[in-house]
Amino acid sequence: MTLGSVPPKFKVSIDRDQCMDCGRCIENCSYGVYRREGDKILIESRKCTGCLRCVAMCPRDAITLTEKPVDYRSHPLWSREVREDIIKQARSGKIILSGMGNASDLPVVYDHLLLDACQVTNPSIDPLREPMELRTYIGKKPSKLKFRKTESGDVELETKIAPNLKLNTPIMIGHMSFGAISLNSQLSMAKAVTELGTYMGTGEGGLHEALYPYQDHMIVQVASGRFGVNIDYLERGAAIEIKIGQGAKPGIGGHLPGEKVSEEVSKARMIPIGSDAISPAPHHDIYSIEDLVQLIRSLKEATEWKKPVFVKIAAVHNVAPIAAGIARSSADAVVIDGFRGGTGAAPKVFRDNVGIPIEIAIASVDQKLREQGVRNEISIIASGGIRSSADLAKSIALGADAVNIGTAALVALGCRVCGNCYRNLCPWGIATQRPELVSRLDPERGAVQVSNLIQGWTDELSELMGAAGINSIESLRGNRDRLRGYMLDEKMLNILDVLPAGA
Amino acid sequence: MKTVKIDSRGMHYTPLNQKIRAAVADGAEEIILDNVLGQRFIGDGLRGNVRIIVNGVPGGDLGMFMSGPTCIVHGNAEHAPGNTMDKGMLVIHGSAGDAVAHSMRGGKVFIKNNIGYRGGIHMKQYEVEARPILVVGGTAHSFLGEYMAGGLVLVLGIGKDKAMTDRGIGSGIHGGEIIIRGEVDDFLLGGGAKKFKFTESDLERIAPIIKSFCEQFGYDAAEFLDTNYTKIGPVSSRPFASKYVWE
Ligand code: SF4
Ligand code: SF4
Repeated sequence: MTLGSVPPKFKVSIDRDQCMDCGRCIENCSYGVYRREGDKILIESRKCTGCLRCVAMCPRDAITLTEKPVDYRSHPLWSREVREDIIKQARSGKIILSGMGNASDLPVVYDHLLLDACQVTNPSIDPLREPMELRTYIGKKPSKLKFRKTESGDVELETKIAPNLKLNTPIMIGHMSFGAISLNSQLSMAKAVTELGTYMGTGEGGLHEALYPYQDHMIVQVASGRFGVNIDYLERGAAIEIKIGQGAKPGIGGHLPGEKVSEEVSKARMIPIGSDAISPAPHHDIYSIEDLVQLIRSLKEATEWKKPVFVKIAAVHNVAPIAAGIARSSADAVVIDGFRGGTGAAPKVFRDNVGIPIEIAIASVDQKLREQGVRNEISIIASGGIRSSADLAKSIALGADAVNIGTAALVALGCRVCGNCYRNLCPWGIATQRPELVSRLDPERGAVQVSNLIQGWTDELSELMGAAGINSIESLRGNRDRLRGYMLDEKMLNILDVLPAGA
Repeated sequence: MKTVKIDSRGMHYTPLNQKIRAAVADGAEEIILDNVLGQRFIGDGLRGNVRIIVNGVPGGDLGMFMSGPTCIVHGNAEHAPGNTMDKGMLVIHGSAGDAVAHSMRGGKVFIKNNIGYRGGIHMKQYEVEARPILVVGGTAHSFLGEYMAGGLVLVLGIGKDKAMTDRGIGSGIHGGEIIIRGEVDDFLLGGGAKKFKFTESDLERIAPIIKSFCEQFGYDAAEFLDTNYTKIGPVSSRPFASKYVWE
């Protein structure tokens, strides 16, 4: 091959003075970086993905893993990545597949938004002493309430309230399917959300039997491929989500490679073992907002109008009018997934170049719905790159009712964001279906870790709210007054509808 | 047999379905719906062994998510009858619209005349018991059996010179089979689809389905019990496996 090979991305080395030759690095690395030859452990740095499993498991802290400095002549335009991608494609003629979220070096809007705190007048609230209302109801709200006087003179509510989800914290876990991630990962998260009084998504992979005990805290997903979807599945979920788009790959569908379709996955998805599970871009029964309405209503009709139905779309340039259309359909919530959203597998060119940041999408959708007078009738759930309670608080201040976390929950389970999820080799037992790897994740401990994360963020959110003199999430929602933009241009400030810092 | 009659005139689909569900819960074995005119979602998510006779023209998504019942329509049907259906049977004495049997994964849909675009799209099969079957007496428009992952689509082309003249048959197909009466021009095949020889053993397999279709609509099955069919199936069960390279 005239192109030769490209330099390795990581350099792995073992401090031989420290090493006790236990071989745990060999056992733990599913990518085959380490191997034994005679009495020596040999290292093949080229195979390393930076998953850090070996570093975490080495009892002697003997392993050093560094990103290897660029060996190419430096160039501002023709970066190492650009050149390597070209080489890869010149060699293969194929689409480059990637995992996790957008890895391009674009500015993060969250980092240019600053929250407020009270000082002398309107003093801040101490969440230790004062109750903080974090409870959030997701679903359709009536535009006005009608009452009726009964014969005895009592007042009765006449308006029928649509079913809503009751969240004890405005943090949910987004849809990651059984197939994309392991059953132990799903179990960990399901236990955590059940304990905390919030919800998680099943992803488009159906519902494994082991998750039935947690079904009241799971939102079942209907994607274009309709994997695992039947009337039992729909009836099990607390709510139903129609997936139109996903932040990591707007405009294209889902594709679970056959390698990950194990026996258990095939059962949950109701497809043969080892076959590709293809969910193409469009739902083939939806070609208009009217068709979307029809799908929403068919789901409601099938479940006798007992469950809220959400519609998930990717954050794209035109997101506000799309969300406005959805708000006028029979949907109970619109889920918007920003371009930093993670995925098990996406073409790299999509992951890094298509879509817009969630911050901008929330603000513009919230603004559009307010302008049209329907914001109060539908909930907005935001996701795609929420990294901390600060991002969470800012999302709500920009107009979200609640957020979905994805990557953050996986990091709580051990994920090191190495971006190799599509290879079915995740050494942390998360994005894999190989039994020997799956068993590395203990769902009991995993549940504690995820639950701790959400609890920690929830407490931080109360503190942030208290500092801003706010004691209920309702008062934070869409409250741009508590936000200021720092080093953002005027146009961006207008879109976000926030004032610049200092104003 | 316990029969319940429902006059559907002017009725919205939700109360209509509520009446159907109540009748099923009450032990009805046959439900006759008179004056059906465009009501969507009839039998949506319905379970059980009941027989529903529809007199009129049902709206879209007839029998969606249905799991068990048999529904016989004396008239045409709108789009997507049998959408994501699990078990049971739809017999339509007329034509139907687009996306018939979308994502169906069990049971049978028999259409006497023609269907629109994207018939049998996404049909999938799980093991042997969940094998969806769509039989079209007349013809179908483009993208028949697109992204099909399992099950059987059979087009008989009754009253036509050629059973299929529209393109895109089986584009993206990665499981299941599309069987079409007579010859099919190569240029009608979608990407990922391939023609296979239709053999005596294929005939033996599908003969019971042909017979049961003919019985429903009063055709003479003997006319169709030969090997004058074209079988179309997937080139591979992993059509996209070679499309990607790792980051
Ligand atoms: S895990 Fe650490 S101590 Fe054990 S063999 Fe590997 S480098 Fe040496
Ligand atoms: S889930 Fe596993 S494979 Fe994917 S980024 Fe995290 S550690 Fe890597």
